[in-house]
Amino acid sequence: MKRELTCIICPRGCTLSVDTDVTPAVVTGNSCPKGETYGIEECTHPVRTVTAIMRVANREDTMVSVKTAAPIPKEHIFDCMAEINRTTVDAPVKIGQKVLTNVFGTDIIVTKKIL
Amino acid sequence: MTEHDIVVIGGGPAGMAAAVAAFDNGVTDVVILDRDEHLGGILNQCIHNGFGLHKLGRELTGPEYAAVYAEKVAERGIRVYDKTMVTAVSKDRIVTAQNKDGMLEIKAKAVILAMGCRERPRGALSIPGARPAGVYSAGTAQKLVNCMGYAVGKKVVILGSGDIGLIMARRMSLQGAKVEAVCEIMPYSGGLTRNIVQCLEDFGIPLYLSTTVAEIHGKKRVEGVTIAQVDENRRVIESTKRYIPCDTLLLSCGLIPENELTSSAGIAMSGITSGALVDEYRQTETAGIFACGNVLQVHDLVDYVSDEAELAGIGAARFVKGTLGTFETIETKPENGVRYVLPQRVSLGRNEDVSLFLRVVKPFGKVRFTVKSGDTVLANAVRLKAAPGEMEKLTVRAEKMQNITEPITVCLEEVQ
Ligand code: SF4
Repeated sequence: MKRELTCIICPRGCTLSVDTDVTPAVVTGNSCPKGETYGIEECTHPVRTVTAIMRVANREDTMVSVKTAAPIPKEHIFDCMAEINRTTVDAPVKIGQKVLTNVFGTDIIVTKKIL
Repeated sequence: MTEHDIVVIGGGPAGMAAAVAAFDNGVTDVVILDRDEHLGGILNQCIHNGFGLHKLGRELTGPEYAAVYAEKVAERGIRVYDKTMVTAVSKDRIVTAQNKDGMLEIKAKAVILAMGCRERPRGALSIPGARPAGVYSAGTAQKLVNCMGYAVGKKVVILGSGDIGLIMARRMSLQGAKVEAVCEIMPYSGGLTRNIVQCLEDFGIPLYLSTTVAEIHGKKRVEGVTIAQVDENRRVIESTKRYIPCDTLLLSCGLIPENELTSSAGIAMSGITSGALVDEYRQTETAGIFACGNVLQVHDLVDYVSDEAELAGIGAARFVKGTLGTFETIETKPENGVRYVLPQRVSLGRNEDVSLFLRVVKPFGKVRFTVKSGDTVLANAVRLKAAPGEMEKLTVRAEKMQNITEPITVCLEEVQ
């Protein structure tokens, strides 16, 4: 099967065509090697970085932004959100601080400093 | 009245990068005036990732990208006047501002305008119907959700497919809302293709092109909207009207550079970009006043904002040191398929490469851009596709800039 995809790795947004009938799959249309990796991954096990917000328990009306330290399987995005929504943190927090470990194979880390 | 060598107005990505570049180019008396409590501007509410790939070589979220530059500002000891609102700038570079200590007047040797942009207000869109609660600009909703943790709505329709609208479609979905539709009045999206993929397609959100919100329903709170297709003159086609129940309408209908200070100062502006007219170092037509970032032209990537701000920072530093030089300039002009070219004029005789930034008038397939002066070709580039939502950059090499006498034009032609 041939699939047409837009590479989302960088803003250039190359249109990829992935032929999955052959092994390994053949990617065309990419302007750089990252596009090839993306094309194959997207057709086999698509992954996404999830970004979200987490409530700061000891500050009024304050949220801290967080993200998965690495991309997670696309089908787990909503389960990952549920984990994040169940959790709160206490300030101060700094960028890169782990707030949850081992969520679908990665950690949830803070992306904004709260004093 | 206090005095500083360089005053930067705005502490977002443009202001921070400009201040850092000015400092690194030998002018240490640089101050930033920012109306907010924290540096970073709009990046603080852009919690999604995708920032910094070009500039920093890694993919960061907005707050992380802002922190990289805030750190650079702090390391250099650049003074930041926070919670300070600039109320006027004059052509002789006196900056007037207000903060909790009262009124502030600063005489600057150079001023860098970096006020950013704001969303096109809803009033400008004149949608018929009541004015119930539940109608937000996409950016306001983004701030409410991402910074304050409010749930803005449960069933959402978004009008406008610019990047903020797309990003908010994904955010609302992730927060548990149902996004019923994104409507775009134009026959193409104004956002980056990658955002259509990862914000709409990933979540099964339909994008309706040539479609608008014809009416808002509800008295106290939004109860629904009528959407409809539009003809080529953007008039509603009655027979296509369709009701969608929803409790929230987000408007993402474009950004406007925030140039009240610039125009009140009497600085020459462009009718197309709604920003100042500038040269290659982003100096406006008023000597010693520079502009960069979204106040100059609305960018789609923060990485390019930082690049542009660095040019302005270098230019301002050289102006203060007296090394910027004054040259004869030549105009740049958009032609055939190109909406604008920035900078709008370029100095002759600098012996440096010059990058031209531009946007096209509508989506194209494969195109060749040609930069010319009279009949002389200065540069050309082929792109597999071009769209109004994606800014293009073309560079003219220093040696090609010699002996130019006619305006620089940029045009495109479709190629097979
Ligand atoms: S293929 Fe390479 S250049 Fe093209 S969008 Fe993907 S990462 Fe960017």
